[in-house]
Amino acid sequence: MRGVRVLVGTRKGAFVLTSTAKRKRWKVTGPYFGGWEIYHIKGSAADPNRIYASQSSGWFGQMIQRSNDGGKTWAPVGNQFTYDGLPGTHQWYDGTQHPWEFKRVWHLEPSLTDPDTVWAGVEDAAMFRTTDGGTTWQELPGLRTHTSAPRWAPGAGGMCLHTILLDPTDPKRIFIAISAAGAFRTDDGGATWRPINRGLRSAQIPDPNAEVGHCVHRIGMHKSRPQVLFMQKHWDVMRSDDAGDSWHEVSGNLPTDFGFTLDVHAHEPETVYVVPIKSDSEHYTADGQLRVYRSRTGGNEWEPLSKGLPQRDCYVNVLRDAMAVDTLDACGIYFGTTGGQVYGSADAGDSWAPIVRDLPAVLSVEVQTLQ
Amino acid sequence: MIRVVLPTHLRTLARVDGEVSLEVPAPTTQRAILDALETSYPMLRGTIRDHVTKERRPFVRFYACEEDYSHEPPDAPLPDAVATGNEPFLVVGAMAGG
Repeated sequence: MRGVRVLVGTRKGAFVLTSTAKRKRWKVTGPYFGGWEIYHIKGSAADPNRIYASQSSGWFGQMIQRSNDGGKTWAPVGNQFTYDGLPGTHQWYDGTQHPWEFKRVWHLEPSLTDPDTVWAGVEDAAMFRTTDGGTTWQELPGLRTHTSAPRWAPGAGGMCLHTILLDPTDPKRIFIAISAAGAFRTDDGGATWRPINRGLRSAQIPDPNAEVGHCVHRIGMHKSRPQVLFMQKHWDVMRSDDAGDSWHEVSGNLPTDFGFTLDVHAHEPETVYVVPIKSDSEHYTADGQLRVYRSRTGGNEWEPLSKGLPQRDCYVNVLRDAMAVDTLDACGIYFGTTGGQVYGSADAGDSWAPIVRDLPAVLSVEVQTLQ
Repeated sequence: MIRVVLPTHLRTLARVDGEVSLEVPAPTTQRAILDALETSYPMLRGTIRDHVTKERRPFVRFYACEEDYSHEPPDAPLPDAVATGNEPFLVVGAMAGG
């Protein structure tokens, strides 16, 4: 039976929400790894029963958990993330150079073709990969040793590599984003990287048009058109039509263009979703109203989607990895809030309903469409 | 046998209830206990001390016989009561977080 499995990472464990293709009635299981931060949990496109979770704790460090049965049972796999060679230094908050220090895995991106291969984006920013199902992890040091790396600086949430996009048409091309360094692209499978930040403008850094230093919050793409990218930057929603070589702003009529998350409709490459957040000093929705904004024109023209979402006294945030889409028809959209709600829409955002209301703060949401 | 008490989260990870009993070669030191613990329970590697440097994680403490051994050298002998199994070696998650 067709259905969906929504994988939710929270500050205090992971939850799995399942439903049939109607997406009306939901079964909630969890918490898994109760009490641990689950920054990200994602399934393999090559084997939907294979799921990886990043489990971390300020006390006991980093764990990676793997399920081979769709999330019913889990086992820890390798958790050693050691930088390749001398870690080097990056810019610290006070302008001095600070050694690279591993803190946690923010994002796990399974290969599109091999369930044993996964890329991991970590804090302090670097790219790791496993090819043995998570047993061992090796850094792809070409990113961390980029000539611009000593100028990278942490954002308020740390210097995290939080977004990994695999080009479905070119296995050697990967896009990543780092707060607060910017976006980068490799065209050789991760050996070498180059910044792709031309056109970004950030008033918060000394040179607003600098090659690196931009606080990119999220990048999204449609799998049929990987040269077109959408970006939620700290402030500004941006678009690139040339695989990141250049960007232009498409914030248009958004009430505020600050935000964290962004995603693209599964079947309509020009339909994009963001959740505007009031400002970088407040980090909650504007006017007490939780609204998703949808553009059907690839940006610039945005419409608020509020049916079924709280429109008063709502002051939550939606974090960068906390929105996902399924591939059913009509496309389903899901997002989680720092208030612990997970909302779903089975009609591409026209209407919403809470799937679950009282989880710990949601860090990430991913969806698997099951055949 | 050396008795080791783990914090809740690490007991869950190691899938054990209550204390852990370990064969530890003499002399009984923090390093010897942790080496034996990680050999028996490899999923605990990296959770108590760093994979490479073997330094104790900042929010982990080591107690025994009502004393704090967290800042003692890892190769310093622990009390006889720990070595004989009369007292457990406690791995504790520090109180932190408000």
